Formats: sequence, C-alpha cells, structure tokens
Amino acid sequence: MTVLFYLAGAVALLAAGLAVSRRNAFHALLYVVVSLLAAAVVFLTLGAPFAAVLEIIVYAGAIIVLFVFVVMMLNLGPEAAPRQHGLLSPATWIGPGVLAAVLLAELVVVITTAGGDAVAGDAVGPREVSHALFGPYVLAVELASFLLLAGLVGAAYLGSGSRTTGGEG
Amino acid sequence: MTGLLAPLADVALVLGLVLTMAAFLIWYERRLLALWQDRYGPNRVGPFGLLQVVADVIKIFFKEDWVPPFADRTVFVLAPMVIMVAVLMSFAVVPISPEIVVADSSVGVLFILAMSSMTVYASVLGGWASNNKYALLGGLRAAAQMVSYEVFMGISLMGVVVLAGSFRLGDIVEAQSGLWNCVPQFLGMLVFAVAGVAETKRVPFDLPEAEAELVAGYHTEYSGMKFGMFFVGEYLGVTLISALIVLLYFGGWRGPWLPPVVWFLLKTLAVIAVFFLLRASLPRPRFDQLMAYGWKVLLPLALLNLLVTGLVVLS
Repeated sequence: MTVLFYLAGAVALLAAGLAVSRRNAFHALLYVVVSLLAAAVVFLTLGAPFAAVLEIIVYAGAIIVLFVFVVMMLNLGPEAAPRQHGLLSPATWIGPGVLAAVLLAELVVVITTAGGDAVAGDAVGPREVSHALFGPYVLAVELASFLLLAGLVGAAYLGSGSRTTGGEG
Repeated sequence: MTGLLAPLADVALVLGLVLTMAAFLIWYERRLLALWQDRYGPNRVGPFGLLQVVADVIKIFFKEDWVPPFADRTVFVLAPMVIMVAVLMSFAVVPISPEIVVADSSVGVLFILAMSSMTVYASVLGGWASNNKYALLGGLRAAAQMVSYEVFMGISLMGVVVLAGSFRLGDIVEAQSGLWNCVPQFLGMLVFAVAGVAETKRVPFDLPEAEAELVAGYHTEYSGMKFGMFFVGEYLGVTLISALIVLLYFGGWRGPWLPPVVWFLLKTLAVIAVFFLLRASLPRPRFDQLMAYGWKVLLPLALLNLLVTGLVVLS
C-alpha cells in the first residue's frame, strides 16, 4: 500500500506539472484529469474509498468535462498554442511560486513533526463519512449548500437572458 | 498460492464472460431487430448465424487502421481505449453470483457512476482529436448529454441505496430477498433506465453519432479496430446498464430452481432485449428536446422519488 501511495503521489505531481507547462489547452486538461485520478488513488491508499470515488465523479467526471466542453466550443486547438508563449515568463510565476514554496515548507514541517506512517490503516466507509458530515459538521455542509444555491440562482439568472430585452421569458 | 490465484480466476472469468457477451450481443440485436421487422437477419454463418460475429471480427482486424494526418495522433489513439478500460473496470464491482465478484467494494454503486463518468472522455477526446467538424459537433453533444444525464442517473439510484442502506451491490441484492426493488422503486427504475439509454448513447438518444446529420458523429474518422473498440464499448455499456438494472431493481441473481449465474444472465438478456426494442420502435428527438426532457422531466422525477423514499424509510 505504501508503494502504491508514493507511486500515485508521484504520478499526481508529474501530471500537475505537465498540466501547467503544456501549451495545448486540451492536453493540459487531460493532464489535470490524470492528476485527479492519481489523487483519487492517494485517497484510496489512505483508507478513504468514499472520498476517492467522489473525487472522480465530481472533479474528473463533471467539472473537468465542463472545461473540456468550453475548450472544444472555443476550438482552442494546436493553432492557439503560440498565443500562450509569453504566459510562463519568470515575472508571472515567481510570486505564486514563492507562496507555494511556503505552503510546501509548512506541509513538510507538519508531516515530519507529526511523525508516524503516512499511510493510515483503517478504511473509512461511506457510513462513517455520512455520520461525520451530518453530525458534528452539519453546519459546514449547510453553509456549503447555501453557497452552491446562490451560485445556481446566479447562473439561472444570467442564463435566462431574455428578461432584460423583454422577451416572453 | 490459492489466495492469489482465486481473484485472478475471477478476473479472467468476468472478463471472458463480459467480452463474449458483448460480441454475442451484436448477433442478438441483429436477429431481434430482424424478428420485429419481419425478416431473417444474419443466419448463414454457423448455427443460426452465430459465427457471423467471428467473421466480422476477423474482417475488422485485417482492415487498414488509418490515423488521419490532420488528427492529434496521441489523443486519437487514446480515446477508444478510454471507453473499453472504463467500462471493463466497472464490471469489477458487479457481482454475477454471490461467489463470483472481483472486488466487492463498499462504494460499488459510486464506483460504477465514477467509471461511467469517465466514458464521457472517450467520445469527447475522439471528437476533438479527429479535427473534423462533424466529429467535434458529436463530441460536444456527447459531453452535454452525458454530463446532464449522469446527474439524475445518480439521484435515481439513491432510492435503492436508501432502502438497502449500503452502496455495496451484494448488499443491495440481499436487501431484495422479500420484494424486488422494481415495485417500490418503480419511478426510480424508469428514470435510471432512460438515463442508462442516454449514457450508452443508444437510439433514441444517439444524437452524438446521429448518422442523418453528423455522418457518424464523434467516431467519423475512426476505422479498423479503433472503430471496433468504440463499437464494442457501446455494447459493453449496454451490458453494464442492463446488469445494473437487474442487480438494483430485479433481485440480481435471485430466482427459484436454476443456479444464480443462469438467473443473472437470463434477466440481463431480457433487459438488453428491451434496449433493442427501444431502438426498433422509437425515433430520435431533437437535441434541445433531449436536454429539456432531461432537466425538466427526469430530474424532478428522480428528486421526487428520492424524497418519497426517504419519507417512507424514516417514518
């Protein structure tokens, strides 16, 4: 299991790096999908099958498909790649890079001081996750659903369109 | 040694069964369509024309496997593999009998939903990589259709999960020892079956490959065995959805006298025949009708089904 954990982690990191550095938007999105699938395997090795499966359904299966859909609609093929030429100049990545390095350092400190094996033993099934979500964390779940509802109403308003022009809608 | 060999034997058995079934389905569909249309269908090669599929497979293997020069080569080759891998992975958690299951996962139902959401990529990647306007349109349609229908495919299943109290397919079948779910979950079953037809892109929801308007949709540029993989992937998808309908709503392997495996196969073949009957009888809707039907009819029905099931279970 430990080998699997490090292998999946390495794949996730490599795919994430490639997703940033690819010029072809479609290829970059495919690397994001690979990275998410690898993250799902990491969750699985950590004993969280429910989170792993939800990661695939929600992120790889729905959100990235929408990104792919937009890229296809705009038809950003290989022809659009030269336009991204200047986007990876040092001026743009040094700032976020420093911030990410600080986060990485914090993470390393937390992991090394906490000690112990990185790969946890017991698998947490869907039942335990639901008990936690709708028990002690119910407030956070409800707040998240508020946020999603607000987003949904906003999207419905923007999408209805005909309201301002006085159509039949 | 046996601890390692037993799962491998299960894997081989399930893969062999499923792939044979998918190939056999092509013959099954052609014969059934012929029966309903008052003609013979393939009946020349072998007994009852059963070897027609073998002849077709040999033919398709020797066809030229052509990648168009304007295509994105890597993605073009990758796309048909995605559908095969994703659908075959789903069969890992499908229990064919109480003993024969590769991985009896505690999140089995969700795993199948996850893998079925991965099959979207096959059509989308194929459509985009072909660099052809018909294929692109087919890919766009596939993305919109499958992402929409996935939503209430998941919601319609949740009634069954609530009744069984588990995502494990084995537990769901065990929970139907008294009454099959097709009675209390009738509405959920209808929504799931319609969503299943849309997920596998079968007629009447085959708009991503609508041959009357898009040549062949997302697989226009595909030939040889790569086309064959899309084709077999579609039949594997039909098998998977039918097997799921049997497991979730018709008591899985349960039945008197005959062994469990036989019951499971008989029920699955009967559900598949309904899929084929739909193809033989229904015309194709417009794309906006398809989307409106999904979001305005099926989604409220699926939510209503879940709501009522929850009320009944809790009260």
